[in-house]
Amino acid sequence: MTAFDLIIIGGGPGGYVAAIRAAQLGKNVALVEAKHLGGICLNWGCIPTKALLKSSELYYTLQKLDQYGLEAKSTAFDLTKIVKRSRDVAGQLVTGIKHLMKKNKVTVFDGFAKLAGGGKVSIDLNDKSKTEISAPHIILATGARPRVLPGIEPDEKLIWTSKEAMIPETMPKSLLVIGSGAIGIEFASFYRSLGAEVTVVEIMDRVLPVEDEEISVMARKAFEKQGMKIMTGAKVAKLEKSANNVTATIEAGGKTETQTFDRVISAVGITANTENIGLESTRVQVERGHIVTNPWCETHEPGVYAIGDVTAPPWLAHKASHEGIICVEKIFGVPGVHPLDTKKIPGCTYCHPQVASIGLTEAKAKEAGRAVKVGKFPFIGNGKAIALGEPEGLIKTIFDATTGELLGAHMIGTEVTELIQSYAVAKTGELVEKDLMHTVFPHPTLSEMLHESVLAAYGKAIHY
Amino acid sequence: MSIDILMPALSPTMTEGKLARWLVKEGDDIKSGKVLCEIETDKATMEVEAVDEGTLLKILVPEGSEGVAVNSVIAALGKPGERYEAISNPVTPAKAGAQTLEVTQPPKILDPGFHRDDGLNVQPVMMREGRIAASPVAKRIAQERGVNLYAVIGTGPNGRIVKEDVESALVQTDRTVAPAKADITPTKLPSPAQAVPAAQTGPNAKQLADLLGQKYTEVKNSPVRKIIAKRLTESKQTVPHFYLTVDCELDALLAARKALNEKENAKISVNDTIIKAVALALREVPAANAAWTEEAILKYNDVDVSVAVATPDGLVTPIIKQADTKTLVKISSEMKDLAARARDNKLKPTEFQGGGFTISNLGMFGINHFAAIINPPQGCILAVGAGEKRAVVKDDKLAIGTVMSITLSVDHRVVDGAVGAEFTAAFKKLIEAPEGWLK
Repeated sequence: MTAFDLIIIGGGPGGYVAAIRAAQLGKNVALVEAKHLGGICLNWGCIPTKALLKSSELYYTLQKLDQYGLEAKSTAFDLTKIVKRSRDVAGQLVTGIKHLMKKNKVTVFDGFAKLAGGGKVSIDLNDKSKTEISAPHIILATGARPRVLPGIEPDEKLIWTSKEAMIPETMPKSLLVIGSGAIGIEFASFYRSLGAEVTVVEIMDRVLPVEDEEISVMARKAFEKQGMKIMTGAKVAKLEKSANNVTATIEAGGKTETQTFDRVISAVGITANTENIGLESTRVQVERGHIVTNPWCETHEPGVYAIGDVTAPPWLAHKASHEGIICVEKIFGVPGVHPLDTKKIPGCTYCHPQVASIGLTEAKAKEAGRAVKVGKFPFIGNGKAIALGEPEGLIKTIFDATTGELLGAHMIGTEVTELIQSYAVAKTGELVEKDLMHTVFPHPTLSEMLHESVLAAYGKAIHY
Repeated sequence: MSIDILMPALSPTMTEGKLARWLVKEGDDIKSGKVLCEIETDKATMEVEAVDEGTLLKILVPEGSEGVAVNSVIAALGKPGERYEAISNPVTPAKAGAQTLEVTQPPKILDPGFHRDDGLNVQPVMMREGRIAASPVAKRIAQERGVNLYAVIGTGPNGRIVKEDVESALVQTDRTVAPAKADITPTKLPSPAQAVPAAQTGPNAKQLADLLGQKYTEVKNSPVRKIIAKRLTESKQTVPHFYLTVDCELDALLAARKALNEKENAKISVNDTIIKAVALALREVPAANAAWTEEAILKYNDVDVSVAVATPDGLVTPIIKQADTKTLVKISSEMKDLAARARDNKLKPTEFQGGGFTISNLGMFGINHFAAIINPPQGCILAVGAGEKRAVVKDDKLAIGTVMSITLSVDHRVVDGAVGAEFTAAFKKLIEAPEGWLK
């Protein structure tokens, strides 16, 4: 049996980052991956969907070329090529991870790992053979998969999960998206931009329900303007499949309606991968389907740690990566390790228009009893946004009225996913309003809106 | 332009101090390192040295002034012949204070145990030097809530003081007025926040020992030790204790115990009988089986008696539940089992969490009298001394009796003196007349 300093089960953005960090610390690391290095993020999540969305966004722009004084001979798309590009992007990055593992001398096992007790891990290798390895520290980074609701079981053909939705063979004419979280809305945007009739059903009273309410309202308006049908406070009661379409019974506002769709995408959350990895014989505790950890990613079983989607929310790739580093540094005694503060993790949704946020929403800040100062700045007041032909959107910042602490920021509009990071730095550095006011933002950029929004919270916005 | 000299912070808790004595006068030529003045707090007297050079233009706070706020301007330095002009817009206190003042004299700590005057360059242990690295939010909160940042230990990057550090400094200050929480569980997964040490008061022993060259061995604090430290500090500092001591004659009890042991072929200890007597006394005086909360006094329905057991890791208090309803044989066997498992660290949380009243018995070590610290959130703890032969007066004659002193520590918020006395009287009566119950 080969002994390692650290075994990591799962090669997604949590696991492979943890592996690299441990290797940097001079440790002998084993990484076990059942399917594909890079995990869902690289293979069937973040990255390939961004490739798809780039295509749909360009296509959307093509439709309004004359607005920019341009003409194109053809404004058609080839779905097969769009999907192929997305797969190629994923493939390229997976190759990159393989290279990184090699470069860092991480031993990669292609197989399914199971805790075997006493620091041992047994692996059913993909070549059907078995092996056993051991280490004093084992990190579970097994991730999650799409959640399945009874009655909405995906069948890979008519009822899709995010995975099938990423590799369509034909363009559905009509599409039902169940769930308006980040995943559901991104697919709704993609298919709508390419011309599908898209209906989004959300059980909560607004789309993107974790976002600030004002942003949710603006997002809904923008989606509806693009021709999406949005049903909130609504529930899919039944799906009846025929040969090539699905009839959905949707309950909303006490009324029931039925409608037929070519395809259905179920995007109702995730389920952690906690099965068959040998948790039963450990003290590891699972709560609401996810592994319970402390701020150092330690489980209740000494020597066993967990990071990323298999643990508590937020379920974001960058959270997993960060936990991977914290966990490894804590294990190997790197001085100055700090636990992750979930209030400082930005979240991004790449629908059109994009949505990004960090920290508390206005409602949550008030609920927490904070006196707040709220600043808002619309895209219409920003020169760059107008020059880009993207005058719709809003930047909203929320400060603690007493201490000037940046409590949260919420934004909607073009490229806001690239803007949110300034506020993440501000939150991590614990900057107050004055620091942000004193920061010089380059002109002309969209980032100037962050500055204006901060100024607006104190009644000092210049351009609005 | 003159340089302000500010009132320095000499200790973690210092917000103001007394400017005891000026050692220089206006017009004096000040060289860097010259002792300017002496400052007194409730804890220490310290000499303050100049960092900058120049002429002392003006003394703004006369010597003998009490309650001088930290960072207020006490004097001004300038060029020879320069006239002092009050600066209407004072410089940032923390920064300027650090630039113009540096305390390099040994702290004259009033505790003689730590006093030294051999002129070695001893820094006050909690004092920081130079510019304070603190995040803007941390600075803002410190300003709002009056926290002295010189006294806060930073846990951020490169020791930077972050929001959380200021907030935990506030919690430590607030703890003196916060109600004791009924949280006895040593959390299985300690969060970093809980790893914060018990409030450090006075000089840090390690830093001082290192400075003085004292030799020592470090024994890492176990989680149990940390919890004991935290909870007992909290109890002694926040619970208003008072103490009631009575002597109990044991001869009748010892005789009855012997008879019972022979009859049952048991090995019931004196401690077992004390548990039972306490339980019965609590039945009689239920007000002593109670705990304090801000809203109400909780009177426990059951008589659950915690018994302090020493273990290699520290103190644990397993519980004899409903002790008033149990026979002595039962109490004895339960106690043996609990104590053995306590020493092996094998108690379940339910076996040591809860309880309404604690007994701490040091009689077996020959202690004849002591006062215990209340085990929060309980309202009372009984400290039991050794049973020893003492001269007693019986029927106006001197006689020999076996006497045990007990001291009840009482949380005055929960139990008043008279009620406490009622309990000790009930207990004494039971111990001295065991016929009815010792069986």
